Amino acid sequence: MIALTAISRIFTMGDQEVRALNNINLTIAPGAYVSVMGPSGSGKSTLLNLIGLLDQPTSGTYLLENIDVTSLSETDQARVRRERIGFIFQSFHLIPRLTAAENIELPLILDGIPSAERKKRVQAILQQTNLLERADHRPSELSGGQRQRVAIARATILNPAVLLADEPTGNLDHKTGAEVIALLENLHHQGTTIITVTHDREIGARAHRKIQMRDGEVVSDD
Amino acid sequence: MTRQDAFILSFRTVVSYRLRAILILLAMALGVAAVVVLTALGEGARRFVMNQFAALGTNLIIIIPGRSETAGGFIGALVGETPRDLTLDDAASLTALPGVRRFAPLNVGLSEISAGGLLREVTLAGSTASLIAIRRMRLAQGSFTADNGPNPAEAVLGAKIAHELFPQGNALGQRIRLGDRRFRVAGIFAMQGESMGINTDELVLIPIDHAQALFNTQSLFRIMVEAESRSAIEPTKKVIRAALKLRHDGEEDVTIIGQDAILATFDKILRALTLAVSGIAAISLAVAGILVMNVMLVAVSQRTTEIGLLKAIGATHTDIRNLFLLETLWLAVAGAVVGIILGYLGSLGLRLAYPQLPAYPPIWASLAAIATALVTGIAASILPASKAARLNPVLALSRR
Ligand SMILES: Nc1ncnc2c1ncn2[C@@H]1O[C@H](COP(=O)(O)OP(=O)(O)OP(=O)(O)O)[C@@H](O)[C@H]1O
Ligand SMILES: [Mg+2]
Repeated sequence: MIALTAISRIFTMGDQEVRALNNINLTIAPGAYVSVMGPSGSGKSTLLNLIGLLDQPTSGTYLLENIDVTSLSETDQARVRRERIGFIFQSFHLIPRLTAAENIELPLILDGIPSAERKKRVQAILQQTNLLERADHRPSELSGGQRQRVAIARATILNPAVLLADEPTGNLDHKTGAEVIALLENLHHQGTTIITVTHDREIGARAHRKIQMRDGEVVSDD
Repeated sequence: MTRQDAFILSFRTVVSYRLRAILILLAMALGVAAVVVLTALGEGARRFVMNQFAALGTNLIIIIPGRSETAGGFIGALVGETPRDLTLDDAASLTALPGVRRFAPLNVGLSEISAGGLLREVTLAGSTASLIAIRRMRLAQGSFTADNGPNPAEAVLGAKIAHELFPQGNALGQRIRLGDRRFRVAGIFAMQGESMGINTDELVLIPIDHAQALFNTQSLFRIMVEAESRSAIEPTKKVIRAALKLRHDGEEDVTIIGQDAILATFDKILRALTLAVSGIAAISLAVAGILVMNVMLVAVSQRTTEIGLLKAIGATHTDIRNLFLLETLWLAVAGAVVGIILGYLGSLGLRLAYPQLPAYPPIWASLAAIATALVTGIAASILPASKAARLNPVLALSRR
């Protein structure tokens, strides 16, 4: 359960103020499948970063699973990000010198899970995401779709409650984009909350709840 | 993140940026090697001088006529004036003193030596047979048995002198002339080379009574005394001082120096020198530290998105700071190891090039060099690592 109450995020650039989010009130139920759409600069990414604890609101309260996460210490926020939240980005953000399997293993390492257990879990998720043959390839040797699948595997290996995807298909062609969306919907069926920011109407329309943003405000929500 | 995983992860990062790793490693290694080699050089010089002193003989006490004002004034006595003579009788009075194993009165001067029409100038020492024992001199042939006198007119020739005057090698028993006096060659020194400015190869030794007659003096240059043990040096000095004071009408007009005091002074000076030199070498490590800091700052800005990603998947500030600190720790350790190896090879090279110089790097210097490398590496990476830890993940990730 995500509950945002009167959330604002104001960036100050010199003497100019940018209201990236303006008094947002939003509740997202566990297991929901939500798309966020809107013109460029409307605050979609800012909203996602706030939900993912990568950013702090200027004002307002944010409860995640009934905990006021904005007041947590840096270490506790990192733990919440690690264990409860998964992030997927338009440009994948894989570490180039690590193989696919090693990229997927990173969250497990950060969580202090022993090596043998890690190998088992990575193996399992490689299988689920159909990446077994690519396990020892570096990102530069993978196609865009494969890279995003590796990123999804990395984001979900610790079974997060919420998966945040910021334009996950933005760098992919139509067909591989559809494969990635299918993978996300599969995770939704397993109970993960999915929040996808997208410019693609077709993809946005597939979500069960569609949020429209403009100038830092939610203009429609159905 | 467990400590072990942090070590492994940072090690893999180090290895994957090979050029950067080699650069930092080299800078560290050269700094460490410089400390090791320069301390080896300093220590070698110290030991060289100490060995030279030891070759003088052990448990030496030197009595010099004249009183220097400063306590233990070795230098002052060397240049000071001579108010009262130190005589052969003064020397003889030492015989019965406790703690004195042997003593040798000494007169030194220049003289002409001639034999078989050949003529040259030599350094002439007048003393007794004890001098040979005290100064650890060795005779290749013959013997020298002079005591306080009167003695027969016999001389011991340095190996080089003997060879020059008697190229056929039949010097022993021959007649030579020193100044206007005739001597018989009673012995020849073994080749020993120079030690502490006295070259026995070019020395001629005659009995003390003949030397005093030759130089026309009653006054001794000095008296060399060998104490019974190292711990006997100080008490024996006191006894000698008291005995000579009594003989000189209650006046303390001699300077008595223990060999240990001279040794200690030189030891102190040379140790300070070694420290200063290694301190200078340590500066190169500090320079390496600045290099490390810059390279790491570049690394942090190159890997900004990676740091943002690590934060997005749940790395804490501490995790990220540790990863960057460990990267430099690995490099510092590797640099220290390579530097120690280079330093020991360099010292070996020094010893091969200058066999007289015992240029062994002291253990403390090697340990200090390693510690400095590690501390420098860590210190230099604190700023870059905490900069990485504090990066704003949103901004870091939005950078392409
Ligand atoms: N770090 C920042 N500093 C200043 N202004 C910012 C910062 N991040 C975002 N903004 C501003 O906040 C507003 C919302 O930005 P945001 O990135 O959330 O938009 P978006 O809806 O994701 O746009 P896009 O579709 O182009 O990704 C924009 O006007 C943007 O310029
Ligand atoms: Mg955006």
